[in-house]
Amino acid sequence: MNRSFARLGLILVFILTACTSTPLNNPYPAEEQEKNVLYSSFSARPKHLDPAQSYSSNEIVFTGQIYEPPFQYHYLKRPYQLVPLTAEEMPHPIYLNAVGEVLGEASSSEEVAWSIYEIQIKPGIQYQPHPAFAKAGSGEPLYLNLATEALEGIQKLGDFEETGSRELTAEDYVYQIKRLAHPKIHSPIFGFMSEYIAGLKELSQTLQSVVSKEQGFLDLRDYPLEGVEVLDRYRYRIKVKGKYPQFLYWLAMPFFAPIPYEADQFYAQPGLVEKNITLDWYPVGTGPYMLTINNPNRQMVLEKNPNFHRETYPREGAPEDEMAGLLADAGKPLPFIEKVVFSLEKEGIPIWNKFLQGYYDSSGISSDSFDQAVRMTGNGDTALTDEMAEKGIRLLTSTAASTYYIAFNMLDSVVGGQSESARKIRQAIAIAIDQEEAIGIFQNGRGIAMQGPLPPGIFGYLEGEAGINPYVYDNVNGRPKRKPIAEARRLLTEAGYPNGRDAETGKPLILHFDATGSGPEVKARFDWIRKQFDKIQVQLVIRNTDYNRFQDKMLKGTAQMFQWGWNADYPDPENFFFLLYGPNAKAGKNGENAANYANDRFDALFEQMKNMENSPERQAIINEMVDLFRHDVPWASGFHPKQFGLYHVWYGNIKPNLMANNTLKYAKVDPVLRTQKRQEWNKPRVWPLLVIAGLIFAGTLPAVLTYRKKERET
Amino acid sequence: MEFPFQWTLLWTDRMIYLLLVLVVGFGFYVSRKEHLLAPWRQIRRRPFAMSALVLLLFYLSIGLMDSVHFRKQLPMTDTSKALQYDPEVLSLLDVLLEGLKNNVEKTYSAPLATHAFNKQMLEGPDGTKQRIYPRLKYGGAHLVNPETDRWPDLLSRVGERAVFGIGIIVLFYIWVMLVLSQKHQIPPKEMTRKMIRGETETAWRAILLTAGLVFIVVGIAGPLSTKYHLFGTDKVGQDVLYLALKGVRTGLVIGTLTTLVMLPFAIFLGISAGYFRGKIDDAIQYLYTTLSSIPGVLLIAAAVLILQVYMDKNADAFASITERADIRLLFLCLILGVTSWIGLCRMLRGETLKLREMEYVQAAKALGVGNQRIMTHYILPNVMHLVLIAVVLDFSGLVLAEAILSYVGVGVDPAMISWGNMINSARLELAREPVVWWSLTAAFIFMFVLVLAANVFSDAVRDAFDPRLRGR
Amino acid sequence: MITYIIRRVLYAIPILVGVNLLTFILFFVVNTPDDMARLHLGMKRVTPEAIEKWKADHGYDIPVAWNASAEGIQKISETIFFKKSVRLFVFDFGFADDGRNIGADIRERMWPSLAIAMPSLIVGLLVNITVAMLIAFFRASYIDTWGIIVAVGMMSISSLFYIIGGQFLLSKMFRLVPISGYDEGINAVKFLVLPVLVALVGGIGSGTRWYRSIFLEEIGKDYVRTARAKGLAELTVLFRHVLRNALVPILTGVVVVIPLLFMGSLVTESFFSIPGLGSYTIDAINSQDFGIVRAMVFLGSVLYIVGLILTDISYTWVDPRVRLR
Repeated sequence: MNRSFARLGLILVFILTACTSTPLNNPYPAEEQEKNVLYSSFSARPKHLDPAQSYSSNEIVFTGQIYEPPFQYHYLKRPYQLVPLTAEEMPHPIYLNAVGEVLGEASSSEEVAWSIYEIQIKPGIQYQPHPAFAKAGSGEPLYLNLATEALEGIQKLGDFEETGSRELTAEDYVYQIKRLAHPKIHSPIFGFMSEYIAGLKELSQTLQSVVSKEQGFLDLRDYPLEGVEVLDRYRYRIKVKGKYPQFLYWLAMPFFAPIPYEADQFYAQPGLVEKNITLDWYPVGTGPYMLTINNPNRQMVLEKNPNFHRETYPREGAPEDEMAGLLADAGKPLPFIEKVVFSLEKEGIPIWNKFLQGYYDSSGISSDSFDQAVRMTGNGDTALTDEMAEKGIRLLTSTAASTYYIAFNMLDSVVGGQSESARKIRQAIAIAIDQEEAIGIFQNGRGIAMQGPLPPGIFGYLEGEAGINPYVYDNVNGRPKRKPIAEARRLLTEAGYPNGRDAETGKPLILHFDATGSGPEVKARFDWIRKQFDKIQVQLVIRNTDYNRFQDKMLKGTAQMFQWGWNADYPDPENFFFLLYGPNAKAGKNGENAANYANDRFDALFEQMKNMENSPERQAIINEMVDLFRHDVPWASGFHPKQFGLYHVWYGNIKPNLMANNTLKYAKVDPVLRTQKRQEWNKPRVWPLLVIAGLIFAGTLPAVLTYRKKERET
Repeated sequence: MEFPFQWTLLWTDRMIYLLLVLVVGFGFYVSRKEHLLAPWRQIRRRPFAMSALVLLLFYLSIGLMDSVHFRKQLPMTDTSKALQYDPEVLSLLDVLLEGLKNNVEKTYSAPLATHAFNKQMLEGPDGTKQRIYPRLKYGGAHLVNPETDRWPDLLSRVGERAVFGIGIIVLFYIWVMLVLSQKHQIPPKEMTRKMIRGETETAWRAILLTAGLVFIVVGIAGPLSTKYHLFGTDKVGQDVLYLALKGVRTGLVIGTLTTLVMLPFAIFLGISAGYFRGKIDDAIQYLYTTLSSIPGVLLIAAAVLILQVYMDKNADAFASITERADIRLLFLCLILGVTSWIGLCRMLRGETLKLREMEYVQAAKALGVGNQRIMTHYILPNVMHLVLIAVVLDFSGLVLAEAILSYVGVGVDPAMISWGNMINSARLELAREPVVWWSLTAAFIFMFVLVLAANVFSDAVRDAFDPRLRGR
Repeated sequence: MITYIIRRVLYAIPILVGVNLLTFILFFVVNTPDDMARLHLGMKRVTPEAIEKWKADHGYDIPVAWNASAEGIQKISETIFFKKSVRLFVFDFGFADDGRNIGADIRERMWPSLAIAMPSLIVGLLVNITVAMLIAFFRASYIDTWGIIVAVGMMSISSLFYIIGGQFLLSKMFRLVPISGYDEGINAVKFLVLPVLVALVGGIGSGTRWYRSIFLEEIGKDYVRTARAKGLAELTVLFRHVLRNALVPILTGVVVVIPLLFMGSLVTESFFSIPGLGSYTIDAINSQDFGIVRAMVFLGSVLYIVGLILTDISYTWVDPRVRLR
């Protein structure tokens, strides 16, 4: 009997190991193995894929590949540069004064009342196949005014058998801009854009009254928008209030991508919304990829758009790109990858482990897996660990155009305001919070401690000695060194709190840190920040609450200290300084100035700076603003994160681009090499199972023997 | 007389003291009644149960020490008009573990390590940068050559303590034996023989062995932990042993206060439903069916959110971190109580339905005894064993539940030290390479011992009080 | 019998109303419609007008429970509570705040939950019964003692440890199964192995102990002794008599949980990123999507009540003496 068991076990092992060509732990179907597919993950289901609504970074991963605004960022060139995407060329704004006279290019922002952008798009661009374009024999849309019975077999968009396409026209771009004002769409940039695009606010009011009366499809082509008009089939014109050079950056975001009216009409049919078939879930675009499976509960799949217009890999790049092999595919048609599979992953650990097993093609590095992946070389540079290098993994780093900061609420009675003592408390805290240590612990050194609000890579940022914040750092051999804690204590004493106690009453100073979030990482962070305040003998109470309550406090301006962050919309200093602009305060006004910082001089300089072209004059103004900021310390401390990405050896043509969001089309994978590596890395170990089985057997054997003996005796 | 500190009574402290008074009172009451004492005698004979009891008492003493809170007085300054106290709330345990609490490193270090777990960029005196494993500030700081001296140093410390500890224990054993032989009028030699063979009526052998083990472990770990980090340090450099010890109170509070909160409801409603029947029964049944059909996590999540709103509106009342975390803990107990009283309530209702038909109850009724008196004097004492069993059985489940709730994000305050929070962080640590295993291990050991002891003890209690259920 | 069931179903209605009311109160005390709007519109550049518009579109612009400005019956019917709960009773769950149809999502996510819960239950039952039988068979030997000790020990370990440990060992060290994820059809099997195994190992301690005691109770009964006295072999007695009779309490105990299997497991599903109803609920709580939470609570209570009714029916089924009135 025992022998037959052993034989069975052997056979089982044999089946498990030898007969499968795909590793046991492969989470993907075996038949997909050698295909030209890229694997990635998403952690939360995207809420909106409608380009008028989507504004989150997890949504733009999809919308960026599907929709094509007129412009895009050049993939390789640095600093970031806009190039045409569907447009023929970059437009030159025509400036008009208040009475409509054309002004020269160099006109100052006071004179300019209107800027006119005329955009010419390329002819012959086709939309992805989509049922909204399907035509019946008579030329009428096939799937329009569908009866309930016709919808019975339909569960997802793919269930519509016929699809069609159509050429992209200027009308579609105009249609989408009008959608920004649609009262049912809630575009997050509507409020902001209505300040700039002529007539957008009025259009919204008109539509509001229409929407409340009518249900169903609203053909926006029937409602004119003053500032945006179609000139001919391939040309349209946008009229923007004042001089606003940053407007072109907005035109590179999916907000300004085309939407065909047919799509709106199609999705507006009754019965489709109940089946989760909406523009939010099934986008229609002209981009290199189209969303074919959208199951936000499990996976989302982008497939190559068969109608994609001809676009080729860039022929020129930054000087080092040639060396890095990034120009090897120059001139080849895009995209390279057939299909991109995004799987739902809520936890960071499985993503990392699956990456190491070869089931994800790229990965970020969490601070916990950092030491496994990256080591520091002697001169402070980063390199991969041997383990990673052996696998052929590549490391690419870049400094993100973002700032994370701990800020004071300037309306607070203790730490806020422009009084000398409050300012000294703030300075003391700025010195006490050892941001370098935090970057070391929580980011593994992947970040740059803040010297001013601007991150590197944005115009106005000063490198080296000139960029040192003299209120917090000492200049030691041209490099910033945090001032000693004694200095912070001295400042605190001057502010009236010797040893962290009120000089008059002897009461200990207690400060509050308002935060939101849960989880282990957050806890460690709280512990750390309390340690920082202990250094100047101030007790910090962390008021942790849920997201809504936190937002509420921020809106009411009742927080004291808090952490906040900002990701650049576009690479311009205006996009950072407006976080400190007085009229843009969070409290009461719901602006983005979370610290509620208000300094008249700063505000005046901001207004002067915001619409200037990059020039030495602009730099001078920025320098003064940075100095005011440093003196007033509305932000205690902060950092600009460095992004580290790991890429497997079979994944090519990668250059981190923090502005562009349509980069998937440039990427390339080598599926054969991938299959080979996966098999090499994922040989299963079956022996532990045998050991466990053996142990259980050995454990029960004596009992069986005793039982037999007993049986025999009776 | 003036103390250099100020007592601080946290809300959970008050509840713990109340619970303690109740337990002591109950014990006093039981010790007076012979028929109530019998089941306890039975438990006393079971060696496993007594070992478990010793462990539980050990945990309890840690928890109680951690429940005496105070704030230190600050030195007078020239200008201060009144005495001021340090806003940081300390407990007796914190004072006892001062060495552990304050030996904070920069970040991770392995158990008994002398160097940090990760390389760090250090600037040499000549300005060159090097990435090395830095020496720890506290762990093994007394060693000159950590590479060679560490193990000999450790061994000699452990050995010294172990010999010393065993000596003390043997003396203690002899003392106990002498006391017992006096009490039972048995010659010491005979007494020793009985104890070694485990033939005494109370399971003295098990008690003494467990107590001895605890004593030796504490005796070795205590002094050693001031020189080394026995369980390493966590991400921000806190001693993991300290965290695990602080987690004891959180676990105990969740396990005990929850039942304290739920008991009055369950008893009152359960007995009323069974006794009065009819409309009252319908109403109570409706109440608990409704409550029990709502998924517990949702109730807890909502309650925790409500509390946060309340705290934000009354921010001044909860000035310090400890107070904020404490009130959340209490609230969690409350709401866990609400979700867990249903089982007991239903059981009491069923039992009361049976009891009210008993002759002695009917007789009392016929004699005109009031409803209230019947319920408190005739029914309640006869269902007390069910209550007791429910309480001890629920305890371990609640300690385990805390960890799950922390994972879901509706557990104790993130600033509160708890095993749930430790396990939660350990998930990230396990993904590191090399693995940071010690936080998880420490939480596992502390939690496992407590829950195991509780399970074993509750088994014994159940067997003793309800022989029908034996072995289940 | 049928009248009994009808009566129980009628009883269920006030309970469901109560559940609904309670969920509603709990949620709206902490989450005003403004909060919900803000959460769903995101962080960047949100204006008060946008919030008002969102509320109007999602039906949150009317009073919560009492409309003082309306007339007559509309004082109650023109409120968020009335509008949002009434349709639940015909199982029309409406739309989540992100615009997706909740009913469609629940129907879809039910299957992965079942795919874990059903095998866990069945395999768990089989293994627990087998082990308990073994222990009962070897009662009063070292296997019994150690079996119980191991069972209590396993009960004392938090289920989180089993999950973490299982992922670490089986996926990371031995590379036998994928760490997490899910797929449809036959491909799902490799993803289910680990969660089911974890559920099995986590439940084996308490399950074995419970079933062992049932077996021992049965073994102690007179008829078993008679059977044994007749000279039947121990194994025959165990299987033919003890197991058959012990299955009655075991199965009636299982019936009550069967409907709740649809609800899925909160922790397991989110650890293994399985798109079931458990992770759906957790996500909804975290994103404060009231529509989903309400639907899940409603569904949970309905299933709970169904479980109670099924238990009663199963009693009559196994024991004809029990009569349901």
